[in-house]
Amino acid sequence: MATNQNQGKRSHGWMGIHRGHKARPMEWLAEKFIFTVSLSAILLVFLIFIFVAREALPIFLGKENSALIKTVIPPEQMDQHGPEELRAYLKLSEKQFREMDRETIRDLMLVKQEAQNEIPERLRNDPDAKLDTTEWSAMIKPRQWAGYDQPEYIWQPIGNIHKYNIVPLIVGSLKITLVGLLFAVPLAVGAAIYVSQLAKPRVREVLKPVIELLSGIPSVVVGFFALLVMATVLQAIFGYQTRLNAFVAGIALSFSVIPLVFSIAEDALTSVPRSYTQAALALGASRWQTAWQIVLPAALPGVFAAVVLGFGRAIGETMIVLMVCSASVMSWSIFDSARSITTTIAAEMAEAVAGGHHYRILFMLGAILFAVTFVSNMVGDMVIHRLKHKLEGKR
Amino acid sequence: MSASSSSNVKTHGHFRATSFDYVSFFFSGMTGLATLLILGILAVILGNIIVNGWPSLTWHFVSTIPKKDFFDPATTGVLPMIIGTTIRVFVMTMFVLPIGVITAIYLTEYAPTGSIVTRVIRAAVNNLAGVPSIVFGLFGLGFFINFIGRHLDELMYNPGPVWGQPAVLWASLTLAVMTMPVVIVATEESLKAIPPGLREASLALGATKLETIVKIVVPQALPGIMTGGILAVSRAAGEVAPILFTGVAYYMASLPGKLSDQFMDLGYHVFVLSTQSPDIERTRPILYATVLVLLLLTFSLNFVAIIIRARVRKKLRALG
Repeated sequence: MATNQNQGKRSHGWMGIHRGHKARPMEWLAEKFIFTVSLSAILLVFLIFIFVAREALPIFLGKENSALIKTVIPPEQMDQHGPEELRAYLKLSEKQFREMDRETIRDLMLVKQEAQNEIPERLRNDPDAKLDTTEWSAMIKPRQWAGYDQPEYIWQPIGNIHKYNIVPLIVGSLKITLVGLLFAVPLAVGAAIYVSQLAKPRVREVLKPVIELLSGIPSVVVGFFALLVMATVLQAIFGYQTRLNAFVAGIALSFSVIPLVFSIAEDALTSVPRSYTQAALALGASRWQTAWQIVLPAALPGVFAAVVLGFGRAIGETMIVLMVCSASVMSWSIFDSARSITTTIAAEMAEAVAGGHHYRILFMLGAILFAVTFVSNMVGDMVIHRLKHKLEGKR
Repeated sequence: MSASSSSNVKTHGHFRATSFDYVSFFFSGMTGLATLLILGILAVILGNIIVNGWPSLTWHFVSTIPKKDFFDPATTGVLPMIIGTTIRVFVMTMFVLPIGVITAIYLTEYAPTGSIVTRVIRAAVNNLAGVPSIVFGLFGLGFFINFIGRHLDELMYNPGPVWGQPAVLWASLTLAVMTMPVVIVATEESLKAIPPGLREASLALGATKLETIVKIVVPQALPGIMTGGILAVSRAAGEVAPILFTGVAYYMASLPGKLSDQFMDLGYHVFVLSTQSPDIERTRPILYATVLVLLLLTFSLNFVAIIIRARVRKKLRALG
């Protein structure tokens, strides 16, 4: 075996030139090209991570300051501060700063000072005006804002004081995702059991593509349907107050999760070796007993992976949630409105100034979302990989 | 054989008559109901859209370029949106098909099984499939527009931003990144289904590995590759989130003529009509008609893909 491998290695040759063979540099080049192109998937995942995180970096590093009232460096004291300090104060890039002469910098500082002086007295006395709301403590802990009776979690990026508390968004995302999964998982797994174990082969061949057709409905169409039809119908049935709430969004969301969970769970159930089923049936078990007590336990990791991947899909779904509910209120009730992380990014990016703190916070939310889905994808993937390995060994 | 099987059936029936398993019956019924409910949801959505959208779907509607106020049912149309969606999907295909197919060829034909590189590539492909679409939008903005676009502008000494702003090209590239896994998975599936005998025969006749792939394997897998392309197109045609910041426009008076232009889009138009209409009751018919156009586009593509795939499977089953 070992010698075989060695020989295999030797015959690889140098740049496609093998001993005793015709030289094939073109073939060698083509193979290297194919290999290089196939690395692009890895490169892209890295690029996504780097470039989403890059725009959010100042937030992670605590370099952004969103306070309304900042300490002013008067132009007269220009020489008392180092150039690096001035550059950070004026928020200039190194190149811009190098190209400016002393007078321009002085003018910029003057403009900055005047802008600070123009802030009305009313806001100047606001205790919140000096707070940097992009600090982690302001983004996560509740705060008693001026005019409120108690500490609260508030996401309110527009206005004089930018309130960037991300907790309501996380709660909103989780709330909607949970409703979606609670509705989608039993349906999808039930259907997967039926299609893979109980249905006749001919019925199965029709059912599988038809259910997967559901994933062909664009999410913007599902969102539209939920907004125009489902919201009214569900309100008439359940009789809650807010017409557009996390419940409607969750149910609509489940329509895009069902096909995914279904097809992964169905795959896992089908990959259980035939011998398992045959043995159980031969021992006198009914079809249902076989499916429930033999096949499902064997494929359980696959079903678990389906749920994990469904979670990743649900928490990242944008258009459905964006269209159905968008008010950011801090509430755990599913019959209240909610604003998810994805909705916030989609709805607010257009009005955020490029490079400003709002823009950077939205990218930070994107980075968090990417990290969460990355982990859930990895976990789901690993579980499926192991399961396939195990079942293929036993086939 | 036939005698034994018929006697089998008889005893089977006999057993069932004496001990009917209510628990099994109940739970089997539940799973069947779950399946039915999913089919019902699908039917209700499609039925509702077709019934409400069909009457408003006129030739005038499909072939008109609307004025600025596109909420008016009498004068509106969706021609620029159809064209915009078609262009972005077409440009996307130009990028995603070669890269996706070559990656799939590497994974099935060259990649040593079990090597770390292969596993990492596979993990990356699977991961790419699970990244939320809005994150692709952020990536398009951060990478294509703010990084590549701005640097292009600097290199070309453009007075204002030409590439450093939302454009068809950037939206298409973002979608290409998003749909790459779809193409890879479909192509891989069709490559794997080709019987190894074909490759061995070609190699035995003295063809090199590359010649075998180019002249034997890929032509055989062509329907599968087409399926992958079609599925990618149908997925991309309905996606709105990735293009929100990378190229779509709320309204444009003229059709996009360059790759650096912005464009109007069917999916985004559905979003605009259903959330920003001043009078939802009045815009309802055109909204339904727009949704129907979008659905017809994505579903007909899906349908073609399913048919091709079924045919290929049948053919390969006969071969193998």
